[in-house]
Amino acid sequence: MIMVLCQQEDGELHKVGLELLGKARELAQDLETQVTAVIPGVDISHLAPILIQHGADRVILVRHKELKNYTVEKYTEAFCQIIEKEKPEILLLGATQLGREIGPSLAARLKTGLTADCTQLEIDKETKLLLMTRPAFGGNLMATIICPNNRPQMATVRPGVFPLKNADVNRKGEIIEFIPNLEGKEFKITIEEIVKKVRKGTDITETKIIVAGGRGIGSKEGFEQLKELADLLGGEVAGSRAAVDNGWIEKDRQVGQTGKVVRPKLYIAVGISGAIQHLAGMQESEYIIAINKDPEAPIMKIADLAIVGDWKQIIGRLIQKLRQEEKE
Amino acid sequence: MSMRIIVFAKQVPDTTEVKVDPVKGTLIRDGVRSIMNPEDKNALEEALRLKDKFGAKVTVITMGPPMAEAILRESYAMGADEAILITDPLYAGADTWVTSMILARAAQLIGFDLILTGRQAIDGDTAQVGIEIAQHLGIPVIAYAIGVEIKEDRVIVKRELDDRIEILSTPLPCVITCSKDINKPRYMRVPYIFEAYSKEIKILNNSVLKFDKNEVGLVGSPTKVRKTFTKGPKGEGVLFQGDIDEAVQKIIEAIPVLGK
Ligand SMILES: Cc1cc2nc3c(=O)[nH]c(=O)nc-3n(C[C@H](O)[C@H](O)[C@H](O)COP(=O)(O)OP(=O)(O)OC[C@H]3O[C@@H](n4cnc5c(N)ncnc54)[C@H](O)[C@@H]3O)c2cc1C
Ligand SMILES: Cc1cc2nc3c(=O)[nH]c(=O)nc-3n(C[C@H](O)[C@H](O)[C@H](O)COP(=O)(O)OP(=O)(O)OC[C@H]3O[C@@H](n4cnc5c(N)ncnc54)[C@H](O)[C@@H]3O)c2cc1C
Repeated sequence: MIMVLCQQEDGELHKVGLELLGKARELAQDLETQVTAVIPGVDISHLAPILIQHGADRVILVRHKELKNYTVEKYTEAFCQIIEKEKPEILLLGATQLGREIGPSLAARLKTGLTADCTQLEIDKETKLLLMTRPAFGGNLMATIICPNNRPQMATVRPGVFPLKNADVNRKGEIIEFIPNLEGKEFKITIEEIVKKVRKGTDITETKIIVAGGRGIGSKEGFEQLKELADLLGGEVAGSRAAVDNGWIEKDRQVGQTGKVVRPKLYIAVGISGAIQHLAGMQESEYIIAINKDPEAPIMKIADLAIVGDWKQIIGRLIQKLRQEEKE
Repeated sequence: MSMRIIVFAKQVPDTTEVKVDPVKGTLIRDGVRSIMNPEDKNALEEALRLKDKFGAKVTVITMGPPMAEAILRESYAMGADEAILITDPLYAGADTWVTSMILARAAQLIGFDLILTGRQAIDGDTAQVGIEIAQHLGIPVIAYAIGVEIKEDRVIVKRELDDRIEILSTPLPCVITCSKDINKPRYMRVPYIFEAYSKEIKILNNSVLKFDKNEVGLVGSPTKVRKTFTKGPKGEGVLFQGDIDEAVQKIIEAIPVLGK
């Protein structure tokens, strides 16, 4: 059986779980097995149909009042109990920040391997093992990893790597409740305070068009212009680490190895040189436009359309033109 | 008694310098510098700050080939009190499960109140080792720290997630993985640099750590790298250099094709 650990907050599913269910369905076909979705929390019943529509044959509601607020200890304990009971062959989870914390915690407890941030998952025809392919060395190298002798075979996958498939409202599935035993366990971590950030705009992993700026933009005002362009295109602004470090754009909009991995339909890189750590976060975009005054910048080599020139002039004129078109 | 802090640090190739051979599609690693993993330097800095504030003994431990000693000398030059190199041919090819098991046993042997690691190494890129160490030791872990305070026998950790800042606390001993935003690492200090070369580096090998040879290295690792490859050169794009209006026209033409 293939198990997908899903995440929810305030009753809302994180979409990476649904993306993984779609992938798990494909893998299950090759293995002729079933897909189980696991969802932890308190008020979660309403999520089961959505999980089934996206590919789950069974949904396990892991319900406990202790699971209302996430701490890695409690979630690891609850997940361990269900995994040990169900003994999945394959265990997939989203490589969100929390997933990247629970994943290794579970792997170490279950004495099994974990392949991080996979970009490709398939079943080997001969051995029926899961082939897990991931980037390393800041995206320079791809490695295909197997976990031949330990179970489950575990992988994390970043949001946006696998496409979100349409819901199939006719799919049927079983819904099971599991109450983990968390009584009498000594949990050491205490949540003292949580300060939610006010999110401006959409998460950059969820948008189809991204206008990203780098050090070449030179100022916060410059980013206002990129924002204007993004708004006109119905997209979002993002930035390189240099832009984030300069305080021109928020950290949750950083693209790259230490930021987000994005895969939009269109990525416009403006005044970004294309360091390998940046490319690691965006090179899977469907279409890349780079605007840079240096024709030799690495970003120009991977761009589908590389425009050499001063961004101020080009973006200024582009905004003008788009506004004109809007009027017409 | 003063606090004992272990910092785990890894020597890594400077991946900013690693390039892919555009023709052969292989990694060019010749002449690439080896450095202390950047976020491990943040972990060491945090340990040294706690030492400056509360007094502590800071031990830096790395596992790797003998050349990894270089980052231990660097740690001495920043102000570490003790440096340990775990090295044994039996340990080669360890995945994160085995690596963290070995590091955990070394920690037990040395003794500690607090373990600091980097969030993620820039070569393996998994961000798993610190968290797995905690599980092997059966102690709590807090990842992505951007601030660490000690109050009596508890640590208070501020950590940053995409959508929130969390303040968590936990009793010692525990593991904390440090993100680059936690501090700005100090430079090596001149008087320490000279001393660093004469200071002792303790070596721990399997005659001390005593693992069965089937438990460690490539053999003991649950995950195996089956193959590695580079993505190879991407298909040629269009390079446009010239009039601004034409450039803008080209961009506009590209956009509707995408079916926005
Ligand atoms: C461990 C590690 C992790 C990292 N993680 C990330 C990450 O997640 N994301 C990330 O982005 N970086 C990351 N970096 C940093 C990365 O190595 C680069 O330093 C960074 O991406 C550079 O940002 P940039 O392209 O904006 O700036 P630069 O490299 O300085 O490039 C600026 C570009 O703007 C162009 N330019 C200047 N003026 C103009 C103009 N008027 N018009 C047009 N073009 C102009 C220049 O020609 C140049 O190509 C990481 C580094 C390390 C060591
Ligand atoms: C191409 C490739 C892909 C790989 N993919 C995987 C994979 O998906 N899963 C897997 O389990 N293994 C994988 N490995 C093996 C893994 O890279 C090694 O186990 C490595 O020693 C530790 O992993 P990391 O570099 O990801 O460290 P991380 O887990 O990112 O490191 C986190 C922190 O742990 C500490 N630390 C890590 N290693 C050491 C050390 N040797 N000495 C002291 N402190 C240390 C540091 O403080 C570091 O900042 C891969 C190896 C290669 C070459």
